[in-house]
Amino acid sequence: MTLTINGEARDLEGPTSLSALVASLGLDPRKVAVERNLEIVPRSAYGVTALCDGDRIEIVHFIGGG
Amino acid sequence: MTGESSTEDTWTVAGRTFRSRLIVGTGKYKDYAQNAAAAEAAGAEIVTVALRRVNLSDPSQPMLVDHVKPDRFTFLPNTAGCFTGEDAVRTLRLAREAGGWDLVKLEVLSNTKHLLPDMEETLRALKLLIADGFQVMVYCSDDPVYAQKLEDAGACAIMPLGAPIGSGRGIQNILNLGLIIEQTKVPVLVDAGVGTASDAALAMELGCDAVLMNTAIAEAKDPIRMARAMKHAVIAGREAYLAGRMPRRMYADPSSPLSGLI
Repeated sequence: MTLTINGEARDLEGPTSLSALVASLGLDPRKVAVERNLEIVPRSAYGVTALCDGDRIEIVHFIGGG
Repeated sequence: MTGESSTEDTWTVAGRTFRSRLIVGTGKYKDYAQNAAAAEAAGAEIVTVALRRVNLSDPSQPMLVDHVKPDRFTFLPNTAGCFTGEDAVRTLRLAREAGGWDLVKLEVLSNTKHLLPDMEETLRALKLLIADGFQVMVYCSDDPVYAQKLEDAGACAIMPLGAPIGSGRGIQNILNLGLIIEQTKVPVLVDAGVGTASDAALAMELGCDAVLMNTAIAEAKDPIRMARAMKHAVIAGREAYLAGRMPRRMYADPSSPLSGLI
């Protein structure tokens, strides 16, 4: 299946969960926030959130700013 | 008690009480280590942060939270880069999930040349955020009329600019800032435009509750030293405000008595 993650198309072996995706990207789930198709996914729900073909995922974190 | 206060001089925003009246940004530093050292030198308890996409091609890049630690500083997520109310709400919902708090800084800018706030959109965004449960400190123009509208809409702090973001030109409209300070019941912070220590001292002498700055420290030749200077300037300005300045006079008034001269 193909997802759009932070604006980039990515092919993934499905089925998979959001927590597996975050881990496969090498990210610490405690340091990011995730939006799936414009809906926030609470951190506690990553494991039970199954990803679907065509999902648009945004993964963000805090950076320096004024 | 005169000269030393028996109770600590603190300020409170959205139910949270702070001793430091200097909020620092975390942008434009050489690296996050320098950034953290500057925030420490400034004595800051609150730092502003931005929210951006994770770099997926290099997840091992340094992360802000590993240097400027959320258990040491209260993070104040901003909406920098947002030009509509919807952008701001979306950004801060993500920030709330990333950090788990509701105290945020709203800024809705108009264009990238002067970065002045779009006040109509800022007010609309504020109402959306308050309806969504956020406690909102609002970056705004130095316009007392709009500042009142923001307060009436439920802003937990009013943060007028001294001058455009990153311009370092100091407080441009002392009169308007004074009117805002006088009328506002929630904390007032000068946010943006501070260039050097005297600008920060002036903001505090006028009666601001705190000052928020980023570029003045980050772009100083020695950011750590400037952070320290700003800490002292904010304390000095606050103390001068509390002490109450002498009246301005047209003519001289001798400090040594004119009587008893030989």
